Formats: sequence, C-alpha cells, structure tokens
Amino acid sequence: MTILQVEQLGKRFGGLQAVDDVSFSLRQGAIKAVIGPNGAGKTTLFNLIAGMLEPTTGEISFQGKAIQGMRPFRVAGLGIARTFQNIKMFAGMTALENVMVGRHVRSKAGFLASMFRTSGCRREEKAIRVKSLEFLDFLGIADCADTLATNLAFGQQRAVELARALALEPALLLLDEPAAGLNIYETAEIGRLIVRIRELGITVLLVEHDMSLVMDISDEIVVLSFGRKIAEDIPTVVQRDPEVIKVYLGE
Amino acid sequence: MTTELFIQYLVAGITYGSIYAIVAIGFNIIYNTTGIINFAQGEFVMLGGMLSITFLQYLPLPPAIFLAVLVTMGIGALIEMLFIRWLQNPGILRMIIITIGVSILIREAALHVWGSDVRSLPYFFGNEISSIAISGARVSPQVLWVVGTCGLMVVALNIFFQATSIGREMRACAANRIAAVLCGIDTRNMVTLSFVLSAGIGALAGAVMSPITYTQYDIGTGLAIKGFTVAILGGLGNSLGAVAGGLLLGVIEAFSVSVVPLAFQDAIAIAILLVILFVRPHGLFGSSAMAGLKEF
Repeated sequence: MTILQVEQLGKRFGGLQAVDDVSFSLRQGAIKAVIGPNGAGKTTLFNLIAGMLEPTTGEISFQGKAIQGMRPFRVAGLGIARTFQNIKMFAGMTALENVMVGRHVRSKAGFLASMFRTSGCRREEKAIRVKSLEFLDFLGIADCADTLATNLAFGQQRAVELARALALEPALLLLDEPAAGLNIYETAEIGRLIVRIRELGITVLLVEHDMSLVMDISDEIVVLSFGRKIAEDIPTVVQRDPEVIKVYLGE
Repeated sequence: MTTELFIQYLVAGITYGSIYAIVAIGFNIIYNTTGIINFAQGEFVMLGGMLSITFLQYLPLPPAIFLAVLVTMGIGALIEMLFIRWLQNPGILRMIIITIGVSILIREAALHVWGSDVRSLPYFFGNEISSIAISGARVSPQVLWVVGTCGLMVVALNIFFQATSIGREMRACAANRIAAVLCGIDTRNMVTLSFVLSAGIGALAGAVMSPITYTQYDIGTGLAIKGFTVAILGGLGNSLGAVAGGLLLGVIEAFSVSVVPLAFQDAIAIAILLVILFVRPHGLFGSSAMAGLKEF
C-alpha cells in the first residue's frame, strides 16, 4: 500500500529549479533513501513534504490526502514527523521535556483545563510523561531524561530529537542526514535504530550521505541530481546504474 | 536616616518595584514567543485600572476586577489578531512600530472614554489613612495587596510555564519555532496566548496598584519605560531577572528621593536604562553569548 505519493513535484527559487519534475511513491513500512550530490534538492524535497515550502508545481499525497502547501503544523498533525541535519533542540528544556512537547498532537487538554489543573488534565500530563520516557528508553537514553538537552553529547542530542519525532507517533518519519557528524560506531547504531523504528510500523524516508548506511538499511533508493530524479531502484541495482556512477564519480 | 524612614523607603521601593517587575514580565512573555517588545504593555496596566473603576459602579470590587482583567485579556487577543497575526514574515522593527502605534491608539481611546481625570479604586481594606506597622514604619495595607498579588502572579506563571503542557509548548515555541511547528504546534495560537497572558497580568497589577498610584489615561507610557528598563536590567526574556531588576529599580528610585528632588525620579530610571544599554546590554543576569544569538 502506498503511504506517500509524490507527483511531478517542482520547486523554483527565482532562477534556480531546486526540484524538477520529481515523482516517486513510498510503500507503507518501507525504508527509502534519497541520495544525490550536494545541491541535488534533497532537503528542499523534505521541506516540500513537511509543508515548510510550497511547491511551484506538482502534488504530494499522504495516505490518499493532498498535502502540498498545507501548513507544517497540520502536516505534523496528520502523522509526518521530521528531524534535522542540524539538530534543533528546545534550549533551556530537559531531554524529557523536549520529548514531551513532541506529544502535543497526541494530547488534547485545553487551556482552561491546563490552567486549573483538572484531574483529567493531570492524568493526561502523567501519561505524556510516562510515554515520553518510553521513547527515551527505546533510544537508550532514559538516564539522560532530566539533563538539559543542549548539555548532552551530540549523538545523544540526535537521539533526543529522534525520540521527539517518535513521540508524535508518526506514520511517516523524515530523517534528514541522521548520521551526519556521527562516527562509524554511532552510525552503525543509528542504522540499527532505523530498522527498529520500521519494526514499529513506521515508514521511513531518509536523506543520507553515508553510502554504507544507505545501502545497508534501505529497501529502495531515489537518486537526485540537479533537482531531477535520475534513478530509483533497490540498492544493488542503483549501485551499478551507470548514470548514478557518473554523477558520483564524474566521467 | 532613621530605621523607620529606611523601612518606609524600602517598602515603597518594593511596592513600585513589584509593579515594574510585572510589566517587565509582560514584556518578556511576548518577547519570548515573538522576539518583539510590545510597547502597548503599559496600556494593559492602565486598562486594568480604568476598567475596574468603571465596572465598580455596577459590581462589587472582586468581580469588577475579575471582569476588567478578562476584558483586557480580550483586548490583548484582539490586538494580536488584528495587527500581528496576519503579517507575512514581518520584520522585528515593523512589529515594534506597530505596537507603539497600538499603544497610542489605546491611549487616545481611553482619553475619549474616561477623559483626563485622575481616578482610583478604593482601598481594598480600610482607607487612605489606615496603616499597619512594620518595625515602627507605618505602611498602607494596600501595599501588601500589591506585593502579594504580584508575588502570586510570579509563582503562578512559573508553575504554568514549568508544569503544564501548554506552558511547556510556549517555552518550546520560544526556544525553537521551527521545531515547535514540526511537533504540530500552531505557533500563531501561542503568540495570541502570550498577548492574552501579558494583558491579564498587566491588568491585574493595574487594578491592585490603582488605590496607591492612581490611574489616568496616559500612565501606560511611563510604566512601559520603567518596565522596559527592568526587562533589560534583568536580561530580556528572563522572568526571574525581571523580578530582581524590578525590585532593584523600585528601591533605587525610592531611596533617590532622599538625595535628589522627587521630580528627578523618572530621570533616574532613564539614566539606569542608558547605563545598562551601554555597559551590559544583555542585562545583569544574562550572558553576552546568549544575547548574541538573539535577533534583537
């Protein structure tokens, strides 16, 4: 079953066609990678899907619903979470609080209930805390729960950001270079994590430069170059595609 | 200086200081979610006082104040929805000028509705001459109302921001707006809420201080300048810094009366503001590294 369908998507910034007529689909439960040289339009593609940019042309449908141009907080509400290449923590908040904010779309306490600390609201707050701790535990950083997120090591911050995205209980998770800045050991660890996330029933779309990670965990790969899709297939085929080799290694 | 006189000055300083602190916290709440200084903050205090006085003609004191606070909160929400919300990528400077415009608008409207008379609420307990003794100094019981209410507001706000999900989400929105949006938070509503909260605490402070300080259509400007001084003094965005800064400015002002003529009281606040802006623009308690990350 298709969870995400991208149809002839285009985004133009002035004279630059950042994303040009890109189409692909994403199967429910799959791990798909988007690769390509720097400036190929990978992050723009992510921003289009997450609603942070409005496409110039084309359509994006998520679970059968058109989402192009929808405001980003609504896209998140539908069940698309994303992480960033440059980690975006909530400064001044603990790791646990960061993850608890991620529960926003799964909670419903109104302003008044919150102000007067009704019993229903207190129960929900407790449930949010318990659930958020579970996500930290899932990523193996439960012991950092009460540390200020910005004081954690880089790899741990990435895990907190991932926990925050998972706290949304998304159907689709967009990972923007999850291995950026990590060493070989940590990269292997994040690879295992992504596979475990898929086992939770979450579909994963990732942008990544680390080829060994991409080849290891992806079911399918989309290759972009100068905004255009030049290949889409399973890893072993993409690896041998002459055009992909040309783009990556030159002629 | 006798002990009695010293305590008298000190209590006066703490009273005014806690009002300045509340105005400064109002600045901070909006600054944290939007990055702008809302110069109509002083007008919220004026509205709280004026509306309470008007409603008192029809209602007993507590519901009159309650209603005044609610109406001012509504006005705060309205200001945000009419003047801020629909702006597409507004510049910081543009938004600040809008708030100055709004403050003039409210002031002129208040002049039309209430005239230029100086008004005040009656003392909550007793009257102008009733007093209680603190170590020999005589102070008005209203002073306790002002200090107590301001203190309670600070505590309540802290609980709100630390222990409720909406407070946590407002902090998240202040810390990283993009990440907050991607957690599914409609940051525009958080901005509206910050105006509502600021209006509410300003109005409540305006009502409780009215018997001592009196209320007039144009008291907002002076309070905004004092509140801004305190917000800068404590470090923009830092609410506990605002409390410390408020008390400090209030006490300095009060004791200055024993050295320089009363008319120079405002000049002292402005002088402190200038010194702070020149020497420590990130405030007494802020760090310059953090300040460098901010847009304004």
